[in-house]
Amino acid sequence: MNGPSLLQAGSALLVRDLRLLWRRRGDAFQPALFALLVVVLFALALGGEAQALGKVASAVMWVAVLLAGLLSLDTLFRGDADDGSLEQWILAPVPLAWLVAVRVLSHWLTTALPLILAAPLLGELLHLPRDQLPVLLVSLALGTPLLSLLGAVVAALTVGMRRSGILVALLALPLYVPVLIFGAGSVARSAQGLDAVGALLFLGAGLVLALVLAPLAAAAAIRIALH
Amino acid sequence: MSPSPHSPLPLLAARGLTFTRNDEPVFGPLDFVVAAGEALLVQGDNGAGKTTLLRVLAGLLRADSGEIDIDGRTAQASLRSRAIAYLGHLPAMKADLNALENLNFLCGLHGRRARQLPGDALGMVGLAGHEDSLARQLSAGQKKRLSLARLWLSPAPLWLLDEPYANLDLEGINLVNRMISAHLRDGGAALVTTHGAYAAPPVQTRMLALERPA
Repeated sequence: MNGPSLLQAGSALLVRDLRLLWRRRGDAFQPALFALLVVVLFALALGGEAQALGKVASAVMWVAVLLAGLLSLDTLFRGDADDGSLEQWILAPVPLAWLVAVRVLSHWLTTALPLILAAPLLGELLHLPRDQLPVLLVSLALGTPLLSLLGAVVAALTVGMRRSGILVALLALPLYVPVLIFGAGSVARSAQGLDAVGALLFLGAGLVLALVLAPLAAAAAIRIALH
Repeated sequence: MSPSPHSPLPLLAARGLTFTRNDEPVFGPLDFVVAAGEALLVQGDNGAGKTTLLRVLAGLLRADSGEIDIDGRTAQASLRSRAIAYLGHLPAMKADLNALENLNFLCGLHGRRARQLPGDALGMVGLAGHEDSLARQLSAGQKKRLSLARLWLSPAPLWLLDEPYANLDLEGINLVNRMISAHLRDGGAALVTTHGAYAAPPVQTRMLALERPA
């Protein structure tokens, strides 16, 4: 009775998630579209004043990406809990935390990565000063996986409840605030001519910590929720 | 009852197993063994705790007291996940994936018996030609058959089957019995819950009757 390796189980889950996403591509692009809407509406509301827009551009980008992630958080484990897939995850001969980590990776790949790739374009839309773009990209690259990991813990905690939309947002918000502060803060510091490395290092440290702990915490929460 | 010829130790042994929910006993204390090549029929009325017992054995719920041994060793999570295949009420199929994709994913998650292919398993459970049908288009009975195909591919020796006959037609009931017989001949074992005696596999069986605690 040879069980599957971590890699086999992980890739099977990733392939499944990407395939499901493709089957429901209309829903899948919702978070990215939402972020795009926030950015475009902001640009319109401020009336295209390059100076005013450029000042808030990085903050708007960060908030848009954060909200887009929050929007799709509830679906992270909900579907799999409803159709019994989560039971089979728990019973699988690979650690549940590993499957959770792979699920978070697919969440990040589909909600955050497209926005990071589109960030240079969105930045142009908001008159983001060009010299701030590298710092913004680095802060998003470090910060968005951290958001997905923290969000997974919250989504796992609420997976046992029928309707938890607002609860997820309320629980996730305090966890998201430090990420936002360091993420948007790093760009703001570099805009003032200060060194942004400190804030980025904090994000990196948080990411490393969350990579290790968040899947374990989420797995424990899922086990409790399904009892 | 004589010990199984396949192995000196029973595949599954439970001693003093109890489970309570909200301070109300659901079942127990239960003592039973299932040897390789045997099936244990768990019978009882609705609400007698059949499903709960299977979920406890699978490791989805934690027993309040008692011990579970698999192959003579205390059932740790890692041992359980390799030794047990669980067929529950929920099909664990994604509605937007087709039959073969669902099966491939679950095989990737649980492993697959050597020399068994998902396509062949679909044929065996009578779903040949439905490889490309989305799970949402399958009937309840066909979904059950798809779950049976997953079970057939699983490398685990101990099957926990919760109401495997539900939703199935007569031919499907025969299919379940054939699968259980073949699995037991290969040295496996099965726990089967059923609320009636309308179907039972033609194999060496033990009975466990659950009653609602007074």
